[in-house]
Amino acid sequence: MLKVMKSGLMTTIQDLGRHGYQKEGVVVSGAMDEVAHRVSNRLVGNPSSFPTLEITLMGPVIEFEEDALIALCGGDLAPLIDGHPVDSWRPIFVRKGCELRFGRLQTGFRVYMAVAGGYDIPPVMHSTSTYLRAKLGGYKGRALEDGDRLSTLSPSEEVYRVMERLRHECGDASFKEDRFRVATDFTHPVESGQTIRVTKGTEYDSFSTESVQAFETEPFTINSKSDRMGCRLIGPALTRQTDEDLISEAVAFGTIQVPTDGTPILLLADRQTTGGYPRIAQVATVDLPKVAQLKPGEDIHFELITHEQSQWLYVEREKRLQQLFVGIQSKFN
Amino acid sequence: MDVTYSPLGDQAITIKFGTSIDLDVHQKVKQFASYIDQHSIEWMVEYIPTFTTVTMYYDPMKILRKSTDPETLPYEWVRQRIEEWLKDLTSTTTGTPRTITIPVCYGGEFGPDLHAVATYNQLEEQDVINLHLQGDYLVYMIGFAPGFPYIGGMDETISMPRKEEPRQSIPEGSVGIAGKQTGVYSIETPGGWQLIGRTPLRLFRPEESPPSLLQAGDRIVFTSITEEEFYTLKEDPSC
Repeated sequence: MLKVMKSGLMTTIQDLGRHGYQKEGVVVSGAMDEVAHRVSNRLVGNPSSFPTLEITLMGPVIEFEEDALIALCGGDLAPLIDGHPVDSWRPIFVRKGCELRFGRLQTGFRVYMAVAGGYDIPPVMHSTSTYLRAKLGGYKGRALEDGDRLSTLSPSEEVYRVMERLRHECGDASFKEDRFRVATDFTHPVESGQTIRVTKGTEYDSFSTESVQAFETEPFTINSKSDRMGCRLIGPALTRQTDEDLISEAVAFGTIQVPTDGTPILLLADRQTTGGYPRIAQVATVDLPKVAQLKPGEDIHFELITHEQSQWLYVEREKRLQQLFVGIQSKFN
Repeated sequence: MDVTYSPLGDQAITIKFGTSIDLDVHQKVKQFASYIDQHSIEWMVEYIPTFTTVTMYYDPMKILRKSTDPETLPYEWVRQRIEEWLKDLTSTTTGTPRTITIPVCYGGEFGPDLHAVATYNQLEEQDVINLHLQGDYLVYMIGFAPGFPYIGGMDETISMPRKEEPRQSIPEGSVGIAGKQTGVYSIETPGGWQLIGRTPLRLFRPEESPPSLLQAGDRIVFTSITEEEFYTLKEDPSC
């Protein structure tokens, strides 16, 4: 059991998303930074599909009401346990009665916290992800509030043995980090001026030559009104060579659509299932975790790659993640 | 069949069956969706039918494990499978469309824009209601919000553009008009449609399977109810 002493800015339960219901208009949701979500689960011996806490910008204060094995992945929000800095991207044994809080944002924007055994959250439509607009899923369909208590489920025998070892190594301390840490190619922070790789969107060719050129060369700034649904990109206005109205079609995580005012919107985890605005580009899946870690005010550049490159990059990443997961799993055997 | 393919990101393919909103294109979309429903495709994540397209989400890693050639791009592999399916699509049956009755309490506080729609089209409010009740309605797709139907078949003499300033919050069940379309707000959400009434029927039911009352391809009949009937039906848990 975990007690939320202070909720922070916005902390929600997320998983890999609510798939299978888009044809009924149900928004997918799920972790914005899928890699950080999956890795945090694996570090505590959970399957990738288990719920994690998605913590945004200003973290919560959490009191552990029993011993726990946790992992924090994603951005660096300067986590402290009982006042001592604690490392991200590795398993951490935390003693009953200890308090986790977060300091000033160092890098990134969102951090994922997994707990061994998983949070005990009833799935809605086969997913525990929170979709705030429809008050769907997660913890009572909402972000965490002060005083909430999260139950956790018992970890497996193998995970329990790791906890026993760390409890022993912990001695009188509040917590004990395990010795290994995830390699840096999955953990590198996002710097301002980050390049985001994109492929041509379905309506790319209908934009003016100047707009396409501006899109590929000029910087765009993340607007402060951005949320889990999408982020508005402030930069040169993008215009089309045609007035034809589009018929609504499916859109995806990472679709960059351009409403009539010319300001592009990058669609994120809580995007609608369909849209009727022209799509200039599509962010490569491998760069979506970078996008998830951008904060308002940051500048990005777009770099055009082919659809083929984008798909092979995804395949390569998945292979490397599988290797990482095999490596992590070996620590539990 | 004039079909085009395009990638939607690196994990989905969009199959386009036409370029206009009409029954013929809808029929092809529906036939393709039925084909997918009737075959278990383990590499598919899900699909979304729209007015003119079907988008299929797939798992590239599962496809690489199935494919005999590791050099073939998963997208190309999927496109080839779909081309094969389309050859025997004409024999795919889609079943008889369902007809769903949606009771609506028109006007008053439930339909704050009924008067504006009437004035805009130089009609009486009752004419707008009668014409809305007489439409031959078809659900082309579900999108925008959970369970939100895009409905075609409204009489064009009661059409009206969206409001210039969208409302911050529109109550669940509100029945509206936007251009030549009519629709029902399935959840409370901001929106710009002209509101002419409200239904007590719940269109989105997260606890049920399937969660959306309406499905693409359904026929719809609107019926007029009084405010009293609205509240009686609203109390009915099966409604």
